[in-house]
Amino acid sequence: MRTFYTWACIFTTVFAAAAGDVLVALAMRRIGDLGAFRRRHGFFAVMARLLSSGVLFGGVFFMAVAFFSNLIGLSWADLSVVGPASAALTFVANALGAKFFLHENVDRRRWFATIFVCCGVLLLTRS
Amino acid sequence: MTLRKYLVILSVVLFGSFGDAFLARGMQHSRSIDIHHLGNVFWALANPFVIIGIFSLFGFMASYMTALSFADLTYVLPATAISYVVMVLLSIFWLHEHVSPQRWAGVAFIVIGVGLVAGGPSRTEDLPAPSDCKNQVESA
Repeated sequence: MRTFYTWACIFTTVFAAAAGDVLVALAMRRIGDLGAFRRRHGFFAVMARLLSSGVLFGGVFFMAVAFFSNLIGLSWADLSVVGPASAALTFVANALGAKFFLHENVDRRRWFATIFVCCGVLLLTRS
Repeated sequence: MTLRKYLVILSVVLFGSFGDAFLARGMQHSRSIDIHHLGNVFWALANPFVIIGIFSLFGFMASYMTALSFADLTYVLPATAISYVVMVLLSIFWLHEHVSPQRWAGVAFIVIGVGLVAGGPSRTEDLPAPSDCKNQVESA
């Protein structure tokens, strides 16, 4: 049963982290290049635009859920299980989210890059 | 990609890895936190390393959002994964930790992944499909 709870936490962390990243990316894409926006309208207009974005706050909320879910997972299982599994699976979930929800063109080069980084993070966090 | 945009990506990497390293250093010198001593969290917030770490992570979030405003998520995430490598270097030279061959292999994998994604375009959905380019050439 403990194993089930651990993996439930890992999948909650992965889902929430990917949802958070995708929503923040969506919000920033809708706002546009922040540097260009600041040059045209000024710093306070950028802050007002960011603070009025519900999607951005949704993304931050999911990031917070991922953070606390990860903490709970770490209290039930070893870091050597929770850390690598959630970090590596989050990279893959982000690539899938970017492809299907943000309609990014995830070509072969980006899939290979994601897989290489995923393997690298697994090796780093398991050792 | 302009120089400014590369600097934004670099700041994501540096703020993220230095923020984590400062927090790790600060928490090593703080009182231990467990379910019976949750109040020790507030003592940790008085540690200068923890304070610098928190401000660094604010910088990380600001530069991460700026990077996502001009680049794809599938570009930013692998490109900023080089922060794992910076963390390994910081753990060797600053925290004096031992790094095993397995961790060096992980660093090599991440460097290859970052190299692959950094060679491509940062934004893809604005790029015309190959068939559109062909039609434009034919109409010209």
